[in-house]
Amino acid sequence: MDTVERTFVASLDTIPAMIEFVSSTAETFGVHPKRVMHLELAVEEATANICSYAYEIPPGEVTIKISREPELFRIELIDSGVPFDPMAMETPDLKAELESRQVGGLGVFLIRRMLDDVHYSRSAGQNILSLAVRYGEK
Amino acid sequence: MNVKTQEEKGYWVVKLEGRLDISNSSQFEQDCMNWIEQGQRKFILDLAALEYISSAGLRSILAATKKLKAQNGSLALCSLSGLVEEVVTVSGFDNILQVFPDLDQAMKEE
Repeated sequence: MDTVERTFVASLDTIPAMIEFVSSTAETFGVHPKRVMHLELAVEEATANICSYAYEIPPGEVTIKISREPELFRIELIDSGVPFDPMAMETPDLKAELESRQVGGLGVFLIRRMLDDVHYSRSAGQNILSLAVRYGEK
Repeated sequence: MNVKTQEEKGYWVVKLEGRLDISNSSQFEQDCMNWIEQGQRKFILDLAALEYISSAGLRSILAATKKLKAQNGSLALCSLSGLVEEVVTVSGFDNILQVFPDLDQAMKEE
């Protein structure tokens, strides 16, 4: 199993660099281009939440650990901010009319729909968000 | 992201190229508000060359649509593909926005 990791400043400005790190590694590890796009979206949504909510006195740091497991390409987003479980955010009302449609929680919803395995845990003062896709197209 | 605009058959056609994401969606929302201020009311967002959209991008489109509706205007999307089509469908935005397969279809509507 191959692993790489990198630590970034947790600010909105570094999101493109975090996306690039994940997508280029995914391509190198043979993830299908369609799933690489899913990963890019998931990384943007997840890191946007971390950068916005995790640190009471921003910016903090977020470490991205990437693992090439036999069945899944997995990334873990690790930050030392306040306990923040994105999986606990409400699913948006997808059928709401325009006037009442809110966008909160939409990012997390997209993460869960686009990827194959998503879970959150908290350990030793860190939030750990694990996101994974299969290598093939579906 | 590149943005090209033109008036065509009474519509304000906005062609987006590249990615609409957290890095540029606020600017795009501001651009839409400026166009509305300038009097544009019937928007068509041509997404043929847009390869990526995130929730931030959807937020900006939603904000523009709400503003237009408040001014008796409208906003439609056309020519979705790939990830953009997937995100718009999965999020249910195709239920609250008009979505057309191409620009010609989008310009047949009121």
